[in-house]
Amino acid sequence: MVYILTHYWSELIQGLGYTLLSSLIALVFSTAIGTMFAIFEVLPNKAMRIIGRIYIEIFRNIPLLVIAMFFYVIIPMYVAKIDGFTAGTIGLTIYTSSFIAETVRAGILSVDTGQMEGARANGMTYWQAMSKIVLPQAFKIIIPPLGNQFINLVKNSSVLAFVAGFDLMYQANSIASLSLDTINSYVVVGVFYLIITLPLSYYMRHLEKKLA
Amino acid sequence: MKKFKHIIGALGMLSLLMVVLTACGTRPSLAKQDVLSNDKASKTITWGVKADTQLFGLMDVKDNQIKGFDADIATALTKKVLGKDAKAKFVQVTSQTRIPLLKNGNIDAIIATMTITPEREKQVDFTDSYFDAGQALLVKKGSSIKSVKDLNKSGTKVIGVTGANSVANIKKFAPKAQVLELSDYAQAMTALKSGQGVALTTDNGILYGMAAQNKGYEVVGGTFTKEPYGIAVNKGQEPLKKELNKALKEIEADGTYNKILKKWFGNVSGFNYKEAAR
Repeated sequence: MVYILTHYWSELIQGLGYTLLSSLIALVFSTAIGTMFAIFEVLPNKAMRIIGRIYIEIFRNIPLLVIAMFFYVIIPMYVAKIDGFTAGTIGLTIYTSSFIAETVRAGILSVDTGQMEGARANGMTYWQAMSKIVLPQAFKIIIPPLGNQFINLVKNSSVLAFVAGFDLMYQANSIASLSLDTINSYVVVGVFYLIITLPLSYYMRHLEKKLA
Repeated sequence: MKKFKHIIGALGMLSLLMVVLTACGTRPSLAKQDVLSNDKASKTITWGVKADTQLFGLMDVKDNQIKGFDADIATALTKKVLGKDAKAKFVQVTSQTRIPLLKNGNIDAIIATMTITPEREKQVDFTDSYFDAGQALLVKKGSSIKSVKDLNKSGTKVIGVTGANSVANIKKFAPKAQVLELSDYAQAMTALKSGQGVALTTDNGILYGMAAQNKGYEVVGGTFTKEPYGIAVNKGQEPLKKELNKALKEIEADGTYNKILKKWFGNVSGFNYKEAAR
């Protein structure tokens, strides 16, 4: 195990960097996109609700690997040249956003309808009431399931390995085949994932306590 | 104090996990038993073969059989070692899974386009070479890449397969190129088609098979390495290795080897089958 750490340190650090970068990008954008589609789903406008429903159902029900391969193989053929890292990160963002949309929607629905009605009665527009009254309360409720989604996101970033995205899992495969020490290669990489996910897990818990 | 407890808990969990996982690695496995005598009793040799490689080992979706040069050689060797009524059982492997599967005893021997290298010889034992391949390049017809020298520019992306010797080689011959490692040959070919890299590199035998399947792609530049394929057995399986070497000599002498070689490579354009005959 020490051998793997010392001999492949630069590969491991590179992998950690790409995994962190991909996870951060996907975390920011999937939260934004997910929240947008969650709002679509609770809008009074029926057409918007249908658009939101279709987006979520499509991307929630296709395996992440298929979405990533689609962006890796099909998009460069017909649309734009994107490399494995970009393709994987886009796939991860879209896939996670559909789960976050469902989580946020559940949060919005759990806020008492009286809150919205009260805000509107006091002269707020729909958007003001949504962004200043309903969403802050919704997010407070959904911190635990949202934390779950974020942890899943970090782990799911291993999909980058299949599209040559140079992440931790990719380096693990490469190190395992170079050193021929399969078990220790994957143990080391498993620990590297823990280094990312454990603090994230504790931070979400801390946030939950602070806001409760 | 409460925070402190959390950190201790996390560290404790982590170290427990390490202990458990390392213990998995050090436990002696089934692979330590004598494979040859087990095989003689069951009249079966379990081979690890490729299932995604044209000409060498490819899954035929019609009858779910793995067919190819490697598979036929394995069948011929099995019959020589264990007798006419013996059976060769095939387990699908990739470049990445074959050594772990051999080490943990899931397969008895690997015959999966595996080059004999000094690094691998530290982990497994090889028989004599049964096929002399060499590394080459597959590119789109009309590509500006003519040989491995053309790849040695920064920003050039070359596609390889994880676990294959060819990835290490290309880093030697074209150190400035970036290597993209994909999980198998089918995926590597798809990546080449979608333009993720300018060339796909691996052994010529495999590349000829891919070129035959994909019109519009060609093998260029000849071979720039020697890649003798060997059959791998686990360390400490000397009896099996000896028997396989003997059987290999026998099928080379009685013409079985050349018949199998002609069956798979006789019609491959660009491959000199006469040169490879033994």
